[in-house]
Amino acid sequence: MSLLQLEDVTRTVIPPDQPALTILSGVNLTIEPGDHVSIVGRSGSGKSTLLNLLGLLDLPTSGVISFDDRPVKSYSGARRDRLRGASIGFVFQQFNLLAGRTALENVTMPLLYSSGRTFWRRKKIAAEMLELVGLGHRMTSMPDRLSGGEQQRVAIARSLVRGPRLILADEPTGALDLDTGQSVMELIDDVAERTGAAQVVITHDPMIARRARRHFRLDRGILTPVDDPAFEPLTRREMREMAPTEPSTDVTAEGGDRDVLELFGVPTDDTGSGATARADAEGEAASEAEGDAPADEAATTDRKDA
Amino acid sequence: MRGLTGFVGALLEAWQEVRVHRTRVLLSLIGVAVAVCSLTTVVALGAIVQQANQELSERQGGRPATLYVSAFRLNGTIDPADMDAAWSKTLERYDIAYASRVQNTVQLVPFATGSVQVGTQAVDQPFGEMHRVRLVEGSWFSPTDEQQLAPRLIVNEVFWDRMGRPPLESHPVVALGGEGVPGAASGIPAGGTLAVIVGVTPASTWETEPTMIMLARHAEAMQKAATGERGSAAAAADPYGGGGAPQSQYEMWVPPELADALTAAVTRDLQGALGEGTEVNVSRQDWAQYGDDPFLVTKLVVIGIAVLVLLLGALGLVNIALVTVKQRVREIGIRRSFGATAGRVFFAVMMESVVATVVAGALGVVAAILIVQSPAMRDLVGQGMVSDFPPFPVDAAITGLIAATAVGALAGLLPALVAVRVKVIDAIRY
Repeated sequence: MSLLQLEDVTRTVIPPDQPALTILSGVNLTIEPGDHVSIVGRSGSGKSTLLNLLGLLDLPTSGVISFDDRPVKSYSGARRDRLRGASIGFVFQQFNLLAGRTALENVTMPLLYSSGRTFWRRKKIAAEMLELVGLGHRMTSMPDRLSGGEQQRVAIARSLVRGPRLILADEPTGALDLDTGQSVMELIDDVAERTGAAQVVITHDPMIARRARRHFRLDRGILTPVDDPAFEPLTRREMREMAPTEPSTDVTAEGGDRDVLELFGVPTDDTGSGATARADAEGEAASEAEGDAPADEAATTDRKDA
Repeated sequence: MRGLTGFVGALLEAWQEVRVHRTRVLLSLIGVAVAVCSLTTVVALGAIVQQANQELSERQGGRPATLYVSAFRLNGTIDPADMDAAWSKTLERYDIAYASRVQNTVQLVPFATGSVQVGTQAVDQPFGEMHRVRLVEGSWFSPTDEQQLAPRLIVNEVFWDRMGRPPLESHPVVALGGEGVPGAASGIPAGGTLAVIVGVTPASTWETEPTMIMLARHAEAMQKAATGERGSAAAAADPYGGGGAPQSQYEMWVPPELADALTAAVTRDLQGALGEGTEVNVSRQDWAQYGDDPFLVTKLVVIGIAVLVLLLGALGLVNIALVTVKQRVREIGIRRSFGATAGRVFFAVMMESVVATVVAGALGVVAAILIVQSPAMRDLVGQGMVSDFPPFPVDAAITGLIAATAVGALAGLLPALVAVRVKVIDAIRY
């Protein structure tokens, strides 16, 4: 069963006093749970529109988009929003942290749209998430007091705090230097791998694209698989070689690996509170889709599998 | 459960927004706080002005419902004693506690500068309560004053001034009645009596003549004494020069809902008691007798001013809120991408405005209470005419808070509509 599927998707807009403009044409894409897909394309190629559609922020003019094998058109707008909040995490090029809010408040923000225990325990969960990305010591810092790498890690913590099944990264390293960019991608890859979340990375950077297992190019609204050897996925060895030489890395400031395992429910020597956060996220995903039995069952099954 | 968390979440978002942008919010809310303060103050002062008007009316025509009773015969006169007896019987029958005879006379009063005919009102003890008689010194007649041999007097400030404003604790007296008054400033004239002054009523600026109030029973006794064996002339004279004993008017203060029934009953009973050929007239003259609200115009003017003030405050808030939302497009896009529904964004933006205006409204109401309750403001508005200052009207405070909430909701509506129309990815990427 696929997580997200686009079948012959077309998106057309009608500018004022102008003929209809086709932004995307006949797009077919299937994202499996745990998948890792990269999409490259020039400016104006339709990347934003595709991101809108993948993130359930927009509906296609024609064609079908299915989430958990259920057409998203069958969801109401509010239910689509809730599904997005519970199942999709966005990582943006410009970090897009909320100004004037601390790192902790930024990571707490998505949890304000959750319900049940997750909502009431949001601060604790967000704090654990920041610990996970090695920013436990910067929780009360404002975004303008954080470095670019730290800001992106806060943004990653925010996108992962609800335990999404799909991570949509839009030029995630575009505003970072090479080393920091690599460590950020390491973090995303690591967390995605451990949680079984699928990744879709939209990028200009071929090296970032190579981290994915499948590659696509978007050109004038047409999405095509890439067979170019330049896009061959990186081997694990290459990835290790590309990792920043600084041993502390941005990922694990204070034994972050162990926290990662705990938070996402992977068995460790010490079962901490992180496991609860994962359980909460699962419970919420189930409650998000109340009344959507097929989607619910699929969601729960997928997450358990993960 | 989701509804509760949604509501709490929206409130938290709103509060965060208010906290983060406190300077902007503070500046925009000063206008709202001032507007709500003005609205509440105007409404509260309106209530005081209304109370002042009402009290003024009640001093003239009595409190609602005051029934005025008069009786006459086409052929001949009614013996005042018969009328008083019938009146007392009627009051007793209907258990009416607040009733008074009112007799307007003039009496010769000796002052240091010479004797003056002083307008005198002879009333029963309940009259003070019925007509909200206000005193600047001393107190109104007590129920036992009728038993005193020396008449008690309540004089106006002009009268008191002419006496040299003696302290009432010294029980100042004045000689009343008797033909010897002009030549007997230092003693009690034949047929006269000494009256003790127990209270002083305020005199309006246009009042230049002395006046006094005494109990009807004392006036009656003095009249009898003056015209009896010991006296040589009437103690009091009809101010209209009608000759003979002055005529009394009768009034009673009854529950407004019983006024109509009592009007008919009292008319019937008095006619029966006074015999055939008697015309009895019972009517209301208090301000509430008119079907329409006599203070409607005052109220409408007050409300009109208040609404204008509030609209001006709201306009400023809408202006700032609209500009702010346009600056917050990116933030709204981010929130949408993390699961905020359009409804939630709408509600949160609206709540920002409402939370802020409610806080400002509460501050405005507190300021209004301080202003309205200040003695200086009360003196200014009451002009010395209000004896029962109404407590700060709760409805004014509630009106202020409701208005603040409504302004917040209205001012938040446009920005909230703008917020839900934000195109998420465009907002985030550019």
